[in-house]
Amino acid sequence: MTAVTSLVVIIVLALIGVYVSWRAGRLDRLHARLEAARFALDAALVRRSSVALELASSGLLDPATSVLLADSAHEARAARAARELPESDLTRALRAVFGQPEFRASLSGMQDAVELLAELEGAAHQVFLARKFYNDAVAATQAARRRWLARALRLAGNAAMPEFFDIDDSLLPAGEEDQEADMPHLTS
Amino acid sequence: MRIGLVCPYTWDVPGGVQEHVRGLADALIDLGHYASVIAPANEDELIEPRYVVPAGRAVPVPYNGSVARLAFGFLSASRVRRWLKEGDFDVVHVHEPTAPSLSLLACWVFDGPLVATVHTAMPRSRVLHVSAPILQSALEKISGRIAVSEAARTTLVEHLGGDAVLIPNGVSVHRFEKADPLPGWPGDGGTLGFLGRIDEPRKGLSVLLEAFTLLAAERPGLRLLVAGPGDADEALEQVPPALRDRVVLLGQVSDEDKVRVYHSVDVFCAPNTGGESFGIVLAEAMAAGAPIVASDLDAFRRVLRAGRAGELFQNGNAADLAAAAARLLDDPVRRATFAEAALVAVRDYDWQVVARDVLRVYQAVAPAAGRVAAAVL
Repeated sequence: MTAVTSLVVIIVLALIGVYVSWRAGRLDRLHARLEAARFALDAALVRRSSVALELASSGLLDPATSVLLADSAHEARAARAARELPESDLTRALRAVFGQPEFRASLSGMQDAVELLAELEGAAHQVFLARKFYNDAVAATQAARRRWLARALRLAGNAAMPEFFDIDDSLLPAGEEDQEADMPHLTS
Repeated sequence: MRIGLVCPYTWDVPGGVQEHVRGLADALIDLGHYASVIAPANEDELIEPRYVVPAGRAVPVPYNGSVARLAFGFLSASRVRRWLKEGDFDVVHVHEPTAPSLSLLACWVFDGPLVATVHTAMPRSRVLHVSAPILQSALEKISGRIAVSEAARTTLVEHLGGDAVLIPNGVSVHRFEKADPLPGWPGDGGTLGFLGRIDEPRKGLSVLLEAFTLLAAERPGLRLLVAGPGDADEALEQVPPALRDRVVLLGQVSDEDKVRVYHSVDVFCAPNTGGESFGIVLAEAMAAGAPIVASDLDAFRRVLRAGRAGELFQNGNAADLAAAAARLLDDPVRRATFAEAALVAVRDYDWQVVARDVLRVYQAVAPAAGRVAAAVL
C-alpha cells in the first residue's frame, strides 16, 4: 500500500515538475522574443533619425523643411531616458514633410531626393512595425508573468517587468486611419 | 533572405489563402529571395510551382461549421519538422495560424523568427473562443502578426489579444494581363460580367440581375456572364423567363478560366453591397484591363481612384447600376479610357509592391538576416 502511495506521489511530483518546466520554458522564450523585439526597435529608431538627418543636411529639400527635420531628428537622437516624446515629434515632422501639398509631384526629376525620401519612408515604416511587435511582446510577457504560478515560483527570476513603448509613429495623414493598409506608399 | 511559407489548405483546391501564398512566394523570388512553401498536397502528383513541398494529403473534417480539408497529426508534424530542418530559414511565415493544420504545427515545432498572417474574419467565433487557451502557447511564439483586412485584425484582437499590422492582399498583375476570351464571348450584343459566390447576398448578384433585366429589355443582344459557386436555379429565378437564356452561369471556374472570364466581358460589374474591405476581384478585373462598374463602397471608391479608373454607382441601386453600365456599353472610348486608368491604378496593389511591406515585417522580426534584405528595399 505504502509502495503504491509513494509511487503515486512520485508520479504526481514528476508531472508537476514537467508542467512547471514547460511553463518556465515558455516564459523564457517570451523573454527572448522580447529582447529581439527591443533590439529591432532600437535599431529602427536609430536608423530613422540618421536617415532624417542625412536628408536634412543633403540640401535636397528647401531650407525651412531641412531645419525642421534636422531639429527633430537631433532631439530624437539625443534623448536617452524619455524617448517617447522626441520620437513622436520626429514622426510629426516626417508627416509634415511627406504631407505637403503636391509632395509627390514636386519631386519629379529629382532622382537623388526621391531615393533618400524612399529610404526615409522605409525607415519610418520599420519603426512602426518594430514598435508594434515590441509592444505585442510586452503584452504577452506581462500576461504570462502575472499568472499565479509564475509569481509564486518567481519563474521570471530577476528580470525587470517590461514596459510598453508608446509613440506616435504612423505616417498615415490625420483623418485617414481607415485606410486598408497601415503603411502608406508616399514616395513611389 | 531564406523564407519558409506555410499554407494550411490543400494546394490544388482554389482558394484565397492559397492564391495569397502563391502570389507572395512569386514576388519574393522575383525580388531575389529564397522562398519555399509547404502545403497539404498529394506527393504522387506533380505540384506546380516547383517551390511547393507537399506535406501529404489533407483530410476533410468538420471545422468551424463547415467541412475543411486540413492536415494534422504526427505524420504532418514530422513532415513540417523535416522541411524546417532542410530549409534552414531566416524567417518562417505561417498563414491562418488558428486553423488546425500545418501552420499551427509549424508554430509548435519552429524555434526562430515567426511571422503570421490572419486572413479570415470570424466575428464572435465559437471555435476561437474554445480553442484560445490551446492556441496561446503556439501563437505566443509569433513575433510579427499581419492582418489582411481590418475585420481580420479585429477578430484576432478580440479572441487572442495583441495587435497586428494591416497589409492588404496583393494581386499578381502579370497573371491577369493577357488571356483569350472564352469561345463565343463577348459577342456583338455586349456582355456584362460578374465573379463571386452567387448566393452570398453581400456580393450583390441580385442587384446586378435586376439591372440586367432593365437593360436587356432595350438591348436584344445583351448577355450576362456569371462565374462563381452557388445555386444556379435560385439565381435564375430572379430574371424573367424570357431573359433566362441570356444569363450564362459557369459555376466554379478554374484559375485559368477565371482570367479568361475577365477578358470575355465588355463591362465587369462589382455590385457588392458591403463587407469588402479590399476588393480582390475588383483588382483582378483591373489587372485584366476590363472596364469596371462598381458600387460606391469606401474601399471600392479608393481602389478606383474616386471614379477615375471605373464607373461608380449608388450601392444597392439597380437603376443606377443599369445607367452606369449603359454609359460604358455605348461608348468604346470611355471603356478604353477607364481600362487604361485601371491598369495604372492597380499597380499599387501588385504583389511586387505589397511584398516589400511584408519584407519589412521579416526585417523587424529577424534584424540580422534582414540586413541583406535592406539592400533590396
